[in-house]
Amino acid sequence: MIPAPFDYHRPSDLKGVLALLQEHGDEARVIAGGHSLIPMMKLRMAEVPHLIDLQSIDSLKGISIAGTKVTIGALVTQHDIIDHPELGRVAPILKETSLQIADPQVRYMGTVGGNVANGDPGNDMPGLMQCLDATIHLIGPNGTREVAARDYYEAAYMTARDDGEVLTAISFDAPAGGYAYEKQKRKIGDYATAAAAVTIQKAGGKVASASIAMTNLSDTPVWSEAAGAALEGTTCDAAAIKAAVAAMLDDIDPTEDNRGPVAFKRHVAGIILTRAITRAWDRA
Amino acid sequence: MKDLTDDQKERSANLKGMGCSRKRVEDARFTQGKGNYVDDIKLPGMLHGDFVRSPYAHARIKSIDVSKAMALDGVVAVLTAADLAPLSLHWMPTLAGDKQMVLADGKVLFQGQEVAFVVAKNRFIAADAVELVEVDYEELPVIVDPFEALQSDVVLREDIADKKEGAHGPRKHHNHIFTWEVGQEAETNDVISNADVVATETVYYHRTHPCPLETCGSVASMDKVNGKLTVWGTFQAPHVVRTVASLLSGIEEHNIRVISPDIGGGFGNKVGVYPGYVCSIVASIVTGVPVKWIEDRMENLMSTSFARDYWMTGKIAATKEGKITGLHCHVTADHGAFDACADPTKFPAGFMNICTGSYDIPTAYLAVDGVYTNKAPGGVAYRCSFRVTEAVYFIERMIEVLAIELNMDAAELRRINFIKKEQFPYQSALGWEYDSGDYHTAWDKALKAVDYEGLRKEQADRIEAFKRGETRSLMGIGLSFFTEIVGAGPVKNCDILGMGMFDSCEIRIHPTGSAIARLGTISQGQGHATTFAQILASEIGLPADSITIEEGDTDTAPYGLGTYGSRSTPVAGAATAMAGRKIRAKAQMIAAYLLEVHDNDVEWDIDRFVVKGAPERFKTMKEIAYAAYNQAIPGVEPGLEAVSYYDPPNMTYPFGAYVCVMDIDVDTGVQTIRKFYALDDCGTRINPMIIEGQVHGGLTEALAVALGQEIAYDKMGNVKTGTFMDFFLPTAWEVPNYITDHTVTPSPHHPIGAKGVGESPHVGGVPCFSNAVNDAFRAFGLRHTHMPHDHWRIWQTANKLGLHG
Repeated sequence: MIPAPFDYHRPSDLKGVLALLQEHGDEARVIAGGHSLIPMMKLRMAEVPHLIDLQSIDSLKGISIAGTKVTIGALVTQHDIIDHPELGRVAPILKETSLQIADPQVRYMGTVGGNVANGDPGNDMPGLMQCLDATIHLIGPNGTREVAARDYYEAAYMTARDDGEVLTAISFDAPAGGYAYEKQKRKIGDYATAAAAVTIQKAGGKVASASIAMTNLSDTPVWSEAAGAALEGTTCDAAAIKAAVAAMLDDIDPTEDNRGPVAFKRHVAGIILTRAITRAWDRA
Repeated sequence: MKDLTDDQKERSANLKGMGCSRKRVEDARFTQGKGNYVDDIKLPGMLHGDFVRSPYAHARIKSIDVSKAMALDGVVAVLTAADLAPLSLHWMPTLAGDKQMVLADGKVLFQGQEVAFVVAKNRFIAADAVELVEVDYEELPVIVDPFEALQSDVVLREDIADKKEGAHGPRKHHNHIFTWEVGQEAETNDVISNADVVATETVYYHRTHPCPLETCGSVASMDKVNGKLTVWGTFQAPHVVRTVASLLSGIEEHNIRVISPDIGGGFGNKVGVYPGYVCSIVASIVTGVPVKWIEDRMENLMSTSFARDYWMTGKIAATKEGKITGLHCHVTADHGAFDACADPTKFPAGFMNICTGSYDIPTAYLAVDGVYTNKAPGGVAYRCSFRVTEAVYFIERMIEVLAIELNMDAAELRRINFIKKEQFPYQSALGWEYDSGDYHTAWDKALKAVDYEGLRKEQADRIEAFKRGETRSLMGIGLSFFTEIVGAGPVKNCDILGMGMFDSCEIRIHPTGSAIARLGTISQGQGHATTFAQILASEIGLPADSITIEEGDTDTAPYGLGTYGSRSTPVAGAATAMAGRKIRAKAQMIAAYLLEVHDNDVEWDIDRFVVKGAPERFKTMKEIAYAAYNQAIPGVEPGLEAVSYYDPPNMTYPFGAYVCVMDIDVDTGVQTIRKFYALDDCGTRINPMIIEGQVHGGLTEALAVALGQEIAYDKMGNVKTGTFMDFFLPTAWEVPNYITDHTVTPSPHHPIGAKGVGESPHVGGVPCFSNAVNDAFRAFGLRHTHMPHDHWRIWQTANKLGLHG
């Protein structure tokens, strides 16, 4: 549990970060809260000769809200989200999700940016950001660019971010209506056996629009367009929910691990999604 | 006993003796980060060791190249079996009569096995050097299943392949270790074949791990000038470690000092002798400077001291009215690569023969077959006394299965089979003499406290609602009644490596009326410094706050067998009381002299001796202590000291009645514990607050084991649960509020009537949680499902019963 030797860098601005990334190439990694990277380094599953700490980059901190437009800096912690009353009003699903991530000690350190950027299928924020149709902001040697969260994840730990780029912020337009983040896990601190992010807008007693994503049921988060579509125009009755679940089950591809075999995970995915839709609809 | 006067009550309260919820004196340092654990030991020039471990579960070692590691700046040595062989230290004896490799000798037998020991200037360099040691392995077929092992042509232990006789009798196969039989086989078979009803079931108690907060480690310091070796380490039995170290190294025992500093939890993990200890000692002898070895978490989970891994097949016979007539139990015991179980020598399956439980079963037979596999060695008693947890789990599951077979209520089935109060001392069919008990009173109290009938009615309603489709939640009522066997043990039948399992206490009273007492045990969180002072306070009349308790330094403490198997209070606690009584006997002579009366004319009164019939004439223990050092008393030596070595006449048999109420989500397998009631009878209660803390801790470890904590292997022998991501260690979040209760049935043979309690809640808790899960599905046809009852396994049970539509 002792990492291989590494040099520690703590630049004070993004320019410095990008210069270090340019200089060291794939020998360098940035670190925010460190709750994914440091265990990997201690297990020597990741060797990072140059570790670039982002903690001194103030421009990556803070939550800004303009109307329904929300921008979250990469260094915002899960605790910051839980502790932000205005965000809690504008986009309560973020708080509901954050409260289900790990434990308070981890949430004081773990950042939204790290959670989104790392591409770990077990992380909760990627699925949530796909549900919200969020935009991921990157900066690199050629300037800034934006990538839709729904296009960001390619495979486990593989994302649209280039090695020379840094994730700076995530933004989204907070949806009105009902929402739910539902998660089953074995214990506090565990990744999800299955988790679902659902938002539903209601009009005239029917589902006007719905967005549904799930976590840890494939090597990437799964936003299922068909699942959301299955609810639209319905009264979110049992048949509609069943159709949405069926659509989602077509899109996920869980693997067996210590949380259980595939059949169990698929069953639980359906149950968790049913509960999330039901709660979101109740709130819509 | 006479009613105490107000004065007596006040004096008694001031002592903070037995029965007082005295706050733990240890906690001031632990809660302020001032503990002194083995990793806190830092000596000048100290080097650090780290292991190269096998990635394979079974492989031949073709070569080991240490040259790159040795070339790394700061690396001092890399030891392999070849280096230890000239000292005959490449293998070492186990506590179970087997031997095990210290460093891999020609082959590896489990994943994580120690292959080479790197010694470097700091632990970072050591870890880097581990990566540079090149080992060429040739993979061999892996066996992780004990039943397969007994059929396989693959020879795991080539070193003893031709040995037909092991430490515990004949070996039936090259992967077989021993067969241990107790009881009457023919009579038991006879009873079973003629019984009205027989319930048969195979109950697997999965492999798990004690997982203390602090992992194992040691610091060895060989002083080549004066020939003294000092070893600090995570030792639950420091005196035995000293003896073993002397026998292994050839260093005379007086030249070895073993110190157990503060220990961050043991639970059996720190009873065994591990390669890391040996390697740190050898490395210090070789280098002449201190060497530290500290295990990391993954190493701890993968390589030191698993627990359980028992396949137990039972047949239980009864009359149609439910009176049990016989019990047959066969165990296939997976011991891993070496038989390193920590049991008393004559008990290769520990006290598994307590498996008749709390019941009056006239005829019984037990056979245990120990088997080698490609898994880590260990077989320690995780928060229990030598396989008692396995035994109690077995019988408490068999009772439930029999209740199903008889279509009876499981609480009633227990009641009609309990050993009756008037039957104690009770001779069990498998050879134990239970000292005391009042099971019916405890059971009735427990069932009343939880409104057992009301719970069963609610459960029946829930089942109907479930069948009507109104709920997807089932309700389980877990029952368990356990009898433990602790306090090993009588020297006539209990020893470890030939050392009788007595224990000891030495007391020195200082002139001003304070004292130090040293014991042969070692606390790992049990609060010995608090409770043993309370025993003494009551025995010798000095305040507990004026008594220092010291353990764990073999240069100062009297020889003892250590702390495990809830033996500290039954054995060392008895020694403490007996030594205290020696102090009091001498104090009586001094008091009589000072009061100018005959010895027999004074009597003990809480904290003083008073002249019989003239209570205004007295000498307090404080005064007596001073007199012991400043008076020339004819016929009495100066000083006030005593030592007692206590050989217990029998084990003690704590018992308890537990009830768990659990809700189970059939669709997700999520279980929620709504209520847990624990009644413990540990005899005389020394510190109720510490007992309650022990019960909470033991129940939490029981919850862990029952609901998810396992060391799982894949077919290739890879450990699948080597980190806290997968190895379940419950947090406050997963733990319910426990309701604790008690009855008091003192042990008749123990000087203060105490029986030991630290492990009871674990022993009784595991079957209670498991029975709750099984009970939830009883109405739908379930007889038995194996632990651990994690979400997917519960879901699978429901699925197999057709509850998912």
